[in-house]
Amino acid sequence: MAEVPIDIDHVARLARITLTKEEASRFSSQFARLFEFIGELQALDVSQIPATAQVIPLTNVLREDEVTPCLSRDVALENAPDKEGPYFKTPRILE
Amino acid sequence: MSKTGHEIRDAIARKELSAVEAAETALAQAQSFEPQLHAYIRLLPERAMTKAREVDARVKSGQSLGPLAGVPIAVKDIFCVDGEITTAGSKILENFRAPYSATVVQKLEEAGALIIGKTNMDEFAMGSSCENSAFGPTHNPWDLEGVPGGSSGGSASTVGAGTVPIGLGTDTGGSIREPASFCNIVGVKPTYGRVSRYGMIAFASSLDQAGPMTLDVRDSAQTLSVIAGHDPMDSTSVNVPVPDYVAALRTDLRDVRVGIVSEFETEIGKTDPDMAALYKAAYKDLERLGARLVDVHLPHARYGLATYYLIAPAECSSNLARYDGARYGRRVSGDGDVYAMFERTRAAGFGDEVKRRIILGTYALSAGYYDAYYGRAQKIRTLIKKDFDDAFALCDVIACPSVSTPAFELGAKTQDPVAMYLMDYFTIPMSLAGVPALSVPAGYVRDLPVGLQIVARAFEEAQMLGVAHAYEQATHHANLRTPVVTLSGRAS
Repeated sequence: MAEVPIDIDHVARLARITLTKEEASRFSSQFARLFEFIGELQALDVSQIPATAQVIPLTNVLREDEVTPCLSRDVALENAPDKEGPYFKTPRILE
Repeated sequence: MSKTGHEIRDAIARKELSAVEAAETALAQAQSFEPQLHAYIRLLPERAMTKAREVDARVKSGQSLGPLAGVPIAVKDIFCVDGEITTAGSKILENFRAPYSATVVQKLEEAGALIIGKTNMDEFAMGSSCENSAFGPTHNPWDLEGVPGGSSGGSASTVGAGTVPIGLGTDTGGSIREPASFCNIVGVKPTYGRVSRYGMIAFASSLDQAGPMTLDVRDSAQTLSVIAGHDPMDSTSVNVPVPDYVAALRTDLRDVRVGIVSEFETEIGKTDPDMAALYKAAYKDLERLGARLVDVHLPHARYGLATYYLIAPAECSSNLARYDGARYGRRVSGDGDVYAMFERTRAAGFGDEVKRRIILGTYALSAGYYDAYYGRAQKIRTLIKKDFDDAFALCDVIACPSVSTPAFELGAKTQDPVAMYLMDYFTIPMSLAGVPALSVPAGYVRDLPVGLQIVARAFEEAQMLGVAHAYEQATHHANLRTPVVTLSGRAS
């Protein structure tokens, strides 16, 4: 089995997901098999190869800066878990 | 035999059938099959009936009818439908009511289609069996103990059962083509950029495409003609003309060079000789129709899976950062600061596979590992794309396996994510290259349906659909048998 280089607890914190101990250990062992595949990529010499981020021949799609209809504030707030007046409401962000 | 979309539309235009009758029939069948298939997260009878009455009013007053007038369709629950709950198969969006419709949904309804329901799917389209849905798995109409494939499993299942002739799916690494193969239907992944992604919940933005899943190739051609095209709301949709795909359908393959991928033939021969034999017979059929078979190579396709499982999770970890409990969707706050709310919300709202991919993607993008993983994967993506460019210098379309096996049993691969990922071995390279690909019914292995994959150059869907149509009309594989799902509620 390939070595799993991931520090799961650290990455879970970066991803803002609390994992249980059971989840962390199960994901770790599942990643082990995946990293056998991912390890194969290290064998290829790609030093001269450009990266492909997307495949379509488009760059810098521009349009006129015109105001067009969009969601009203009320509609945008309809799915809010909590709101107060015209605002989304969350637990405190700053001390 | 089930009616296709064009048959229903023609019958409505000839006043032999009303749109209300078409909607009622589809809704009744969907309800009757639900205990066996669980293809839907939600049926939309009121919406469908309202649209049906509009179509019938147009028929009555002699107004022109759209190309899908009165045709019942099913839409994967990843597409926003104005005013309707849209979950993406996730608890985190369980009560999310879409404030607008996806561009493709709007185009389908403008063409006269009747949306009878939102179909089940792997959570956020991450999966190959539909078992990752937070709302329970969907079953295969050809084997009720089998998976329908995924992630567009609900759409595949309900079309395969003949409830509706047309379903809408999305394909990121095979999520239209693999379930189409498992459920004996046609499934089309268009060229990246051919169809608008506006209003389609994002998984991996450089790969996601919407496409039709239908009983026959003609309905796929018609549906793609409706949904394709530039959309100012999606700057990655490409502004190139959309041909009339129905007019491009053909019945012979004279002057068509069909590439057979040497590496894929070796692979399928090793994994399943029965599957290999079926595909050999399919290539012979193409040859009989006038095609010239040529050997082509995709030497880097074998790296597709690993490349995909770095790029797609990286993009998903970024896209799914929006589910934080602040503005919409589920929130779990408890006592604590906003970060505790983010972490608890995401822990409670996401299922296993979504968490796994977010963790993997976050890692691939994290400081110190970006070049070794994500950056390297993007370079290998270049090599995979170049393989297709080289192959298409020698052929007009590629014919190859859609899948390495027929549908497998529910639960068979849920404990082994990599075994599940391998289901997309033959479909991922096309997604990475952005080229169009479809699956068309090609026969039966161990009594279960299997599809043939046809791949074309970017934006040459017309050629691809033309080849698939000629093959379908010469073989009629899907019509040779009937699904096992029954109206009485018991398998026959």
